[in-house]
Order: sequence, then C-alpha cells, then structure tokens
Amino acid sequence: MTHQYPALSAEQKKELSDIALRIVAPGKGILAADESVGSMAKRLNQIGVENTEENRRLYRQILFSADNRVKKCIGGVIFFHETMYQQGDDGTPFVRMIKDKGIVVGIKVDKGVVPLAGTDGETTTQGLDGLSERCAQYKKDGADFAKWRCVLKISENTPSALAIMENANVLARYASICQQNGIVPIVEPEILPDGDHDLKRCQYVTEKVLAAVYKALSDHHIYLEGTLLKPNMVTPGHACPTKYSAEEIAMATVTALRRTVPPAVPGVTFLSGGQSEEEASINLNAINNCPLARPWALTFSYGRALQASALNAWRGQRENESSATDAFMKRAEVNSLAALGKYEGSGDDSDAAGQSLYVANHAY
Amino acid sequence: LLNCLWALTIMTHQFPALTPEQKKALSGIAQRIVAPGKGILAADESVGTMGSRLQRIKVENTEENRRAFREILFSSDASINQSIGGVIFFHETLYQKDSSGKPFPDVIKDKGIVVGIKLDKGTAPLAGTNGETTIQGLDGLAERCAQYKKDGADFGKWRAVLKITDTTPSTLAIQENANTLARYASICQQHGLVPIVEPEILPDGDHDLQRCQYVTEKVLAAVYKALNDHHVYLEGTLLKPNMVTAGHSCPKKYTPQEVAMATVTALHRTVPAAVPGICFLSGGQSEEEASLNLSAINQCPLPKPWKLTFSYGRALQASALAAWSGKPENKKATQEAFCKRAQINGLASKGQYIVSGKSDAAAKQSLFTASYTY
Repeated sequence: MTHQYPALSAEQKKELSDIALRIVAPGKGILAADESVGSMAKRLNQIGVENTEENRRLYRQILFSADNRVKKCIGGVIFFHETMYQQGDDGTPFVRMIKDKGIVVGIKVDKGVVPLAGTDGETTTQGLDGLSERCAQYKKDGADFAKWRCVLKISENTPSALAIMENANVLARYASICQQNGIVPIVEPEILPDGDHDLKRCQYVTEKVLAAVYKALSDHHIYLEGTLLKPNMVTPGHACPTKYSAEEIAMATVTALRRTVPPAVPGVTFLSGGQSEEEASINLNAINNCPLARPWALTFSYGRALQASALNAWRGQRENESSATDAFMKRAEVNSLAALGKYEGSGDDSDAAGQSLYVANHAY
Repeated sequence: LLNCLWALTIMTHQFPALTPEQKKALSGIAQRIVAPGKGILAADESVGTMGSRLQRIKVENTEENRRAFREILFSSDASINQSIGGVIFFHETLYQKDSSGKPFPDVIKDKGIVVGIKLDKGTAPLAGTNGETTIQGLDGLAERCAQYKKDGADFGKWRAVLKITDTTPSTLAIQENANTLARYASICQQHGLVPIVEPEILPDGDHDLQRCQYVTEKVLAAVYKALNDHHVYLEGTLLKPNMVTAGHSCPKKYTPQEVAMATVTALHRTVPAAVPGICFLSGGQSEEEASLNLSAINQCPLPKPWKLTFSYGRALQASALAAWSGKPENKKATQEAFCKRAQINGLASKGQYIVSGKSDAAAKQSLFTASYTY
C-alpha cells in the first residue's frame, strides 16, 4: 500500500466537502424522510391512515411545504426512492421544492438487512450491486448525498467480530462508490438500543464499532472530509433499570466519538432511534454543551423525532395539513437550537440539577 | 478450548484495563507535558547515538562526558520549564547525578518538568521483507516500567521505524509495528506511565510530499486501530510522529505552509481528538527548519483539537553541542544556546514563531493551499 492511486481529483474532493459542510452548517441538521413503504405502513397505521402511494405523497408534501423558516434548521432531507419522483399538488417535483429552499437532497440507497449465517441473529446490509449506476442516476436526478444503514445489536454474544467487520466493510464499499459519483455518503452504523445493558456497555461497543468503521474507511481510501457519520447516541438499553441524565448520555457519547472519529469528518448527525421528540432534542442539546472539545458539528438526522407530532396533527385530514406543517416546523426549530446547544427545554430541568450529574471524563 | 476461542471472537464486554483513578493520573501527566507553550526535550540518545554526536564536536564518548553534557542542559535556569514540559531520558542517564550528587530525575522534577524514559530495545529485522524492521523490548517490560516509575519516570517512549521506497512500507511492517506499539502502550499504562507512541516514517528517499502524506495516513490509521484493539486509553497517551515532508533527495522543495497543510491534513484524518498532544520528531531537520515548520503547523487553518508541539533531540541540542565542544568553561554559552532553541520552539508550539519579514498574516494565509488538494 505504498503508492497512492488517487480515488478523487481535487475538484471532486472540493465538491464533496462543500456539500457536506452545507448540510451541517451551524444550526442545521437533517430531516430523515426516507421511510420505506413498509416503515411508512407502521407510521400511518398508528394514525389510522391507509398506506397508499397518494397518502405517502400527501404526507411528505406536508413536510416539504414548510415555509422559509425551515431553511435555517434543515440542511438536508433524505428521500426514499419513490419520493424522489413524486410531486406536489401543483406539479412541482419534491426534489425541486427542497432544492429551491436551499436544502440538499439525499437518497437512501441500501436495500435492507440480510442475515449473517453462523451468528446469533446478526445481519449485514445489501445494496452494492449496480450501486454505481444508481448513484449516477440519482445524482442526475438531484441527489447530492446518500444514506446507508447498517445495524448491530448488543446482547450476551453480540456484536461479534464478524458482524462488526462485515458491516464496517460494506459501509466503506458504499462510501467509496458514492464518492466516485459526486455523492456524499452518510455512514450509519446503528447499534440498536434494545436490551438491558447499561450506558458503559453501549459506550464500549460504540467505540469498538466506530474504530472498525474508520479503519475500513481508511483502507478503502475514503475522503473523510466528504462524508458524514450517522451514529446512535450512547444510551443504556431500553430495558436497563438504571436511568441516566442527558449530561451523562452526552458525556458518554462525546467521549466515544472523541476516541474514534477523526476531526476531518465535518459532521456527526445522530439518529434518534427510539427516543421521543423531546428526549432527542434534550440529549442533542446536552451533547452540544458537553465540556469536552468537539471538532465536528454535532447535529441531528431525525425521522420519528422530527415527525411524530406532525403525523399526529395530520391524521390523514387535509384540513389538518397546515397545523401538521407547524408541528414539524416547531421540532425543526427546537432541534436547530439543540444543535447550537441553546435549547432550554420545554420542561423544568433546572441548570443546577443537570450540572451536578456530570461525571468527569476519566470515568468513561 | 472451544469456549475460549469463541470468547476471543466476542468483544462485547468490557474488562476495564484501568480504574478511573489510573485514567485520571495518566491523563493528568499527559496534559502537564503538553501544557500550552511546552514541548519535550528528547535527551534519550543511546550510547551509540551519543557517540555520533560527540564525535562531530571531537569529544570522546565516555560516560562522564555524556553525564557532563546532560548536566549542563538539565541545570539550565528553572524558567526553562515554561518551554519544556518533559524530558526523555536514556536508561544510563536516569541513574546519573549532577556535580552536587543530586540524581538527574530530581533535578528535572524540581523544575516541574516530567521525566520520561526510552523503553524500546532497538530494531529487529522482519524476514521476508525489503529490509524492514520491527521493534523489540516487550520482554519484561512490565517489570521495567514498574521500576522506572519508582525511580521517577512518568512517561515512556518507544520508537518504531518505517521507510518509504517503491515496495515499502509493506502491510506486514505497518501491522507489526502498530501492534508492538499498542502492546508497549498497554503495558506502560498498567504501570502509571504515559506511553509516547512514535511511528517514525523516515525521510530517506526521493518521494514527494504527497507520497509521504499518503503513507503517514495509512500508518496512523493502523496505529489507532491497534491502540483501540488493545484497549489503550487514548487520553493518557501522546503521539510522536514525523511531520509530513518530502524525502531528503526529492528534487522539489516545499514551503513550511505546504508541510504544515500536508501534516495537519494527515493528522486530522487519523488521530482522534481524545489524544491530548502530538509532539513531532525533528528527524533530519535543522534547528531552524524544525521551528519554522512547527510554527506553520500551529497556524494551519484546519481544525486542530490536539496540542501540536515538539519532541526534539537534535533540533534542540545542535547549537548547544557546538557551543560546548566538551569544555566546562563553555557551560553558559551552551545553556544559552539550548534555552534559545527551547524558547523558540515554545513560541512555535503556539504558532508564534515568525521570522522577521514574513509577519503579514494575510500573506501567510494565502500560502496555505486548501486541504482538499491534499
């Protein structure tokens, strides 16, 4: 590995770097609106709405009709394939509506998880076949970034070395192909919050996973300045009996990232996992107030945590569209503040109580 | 046996290598060494290497001469502690004393400077490679670390060596050196010593700046993966890398700004922010070159979440050695020469060493080519 065979020209690197920086500009994050048809079924089912292509179009239209206030909060929107080619009521393509607001368009490119034989129910993610051609087409059709989700889980026997290595490798191949086609890859190695493990265990696993991811990205000659990372926050498992404060979650999360994510990565856009809207905002805010040095932007790439209230306000009724858009706008503005560390919360969390829960970094 | 093998493939549970108290102690030592404006005096030349240095000033390579020279440096005015955060000792020197009978480690510690010790035992060949090497010194390292800690050391240093040619560094050389560095680091931390991790890529050759940057990125990525695999506590380590430079016989010349941009680009693609400090080796650079490059590095407009400072041997001592020439009456001149370089490098570590005539900030800024061309 002594000679470099440059993967990208200086112009290609500049383009990728500029796109990444635009997405995570200060105060901005990502709306993950890339729910597959199956995922949208669950969301719509919950509000008693039929999962038709038209309903999915109407729903996305609600989000994409947000007024210009949204420009300051949202740097990028992740689309599902179907949505890339849908239009608003007036015939304006959704891609155009988003780009006209100065927001970058992204596209989900993975094709879901498949089992890893010989493991305890672990998976890898497929979608590499013909990915180059698909990326080239999406780029022509308006996308400037992509997203690929890998999934790992914490249990007695997992994640195994194979699962970590295989998912890291597949993420690196995806990233490489994206960059060849002028698309910024969002690298998403999600460690599920399922389980009863504590905060420390999640931090440990997250550090091991991210170290493997960045080694794979280096091995595959990925230009880090033209990527984004979409990790889980470090949290205890859902069934963990111990409760942790936002400050503890923030400290564990930032510590894990500082130990593994090179400063060249321009932004870390957290997934919300199973967190409620408010939890996801409070935690993001705490992360941006963590007293450790943070050389990357720390922001959001939220699906449910940006859309839950909007979905509820809509309930499939056209007359509710405007209040649904407002509900979405509200969460977008809250998360924008959180990304700047300026969100004061909707509840009664007193500063003093929060402060006393900081555990010094050396305990992590 | 099958259960053991199975367990080896699982890395799901943490078996903490260090307690919070141990971590705090290591982190504290590392921060003290690279406190703002401070760097390291690498005074750990082996007997053989001191032989080369002394020969150049026509001084005999005796234990007393080695002691006398180190005494002159170590007895510099206490204000040296504003530029020097740590001194690396060679084994022999750790057990020598000044003229009043005071052990050298105490002389250094009394100035508030941290004492370090060279721990490796030199290179060993890697068979089947194109003249590549690994480093030995792991045998009994735990016991040696424990003893050095008792005798006053708080950090260790271990130098791995790689070289750039048409066929090197090979994957094996990178893997093997990264792995031994990680083992050494792990053992150090178990004994309260902050490991300085030194993966030196030699400047020998005619390769250009870009080639050195590429190799440096690959090597550092491997080093940090190995440190992670070996559960090393990054906040309690320091990195001692080469700056990214062209090979010595490269026909193309590069400015300090180009060296700086290539160096910081490589580091920010590979070195996690948790590492408190990066202390560059000076390699074959002259005293002035090493200072100018360090200052340019600290002015580089890329994110730099770690301290960027020096761990210089020759680049701190060349003038001092020449001023001394083995004569006790030259003590004052020797100390002045040494203190001068120390102060200059202290300024350089803050990006404040500017040679007169080049003080226009705007002019400097334009000399940094954007990082995406690197």
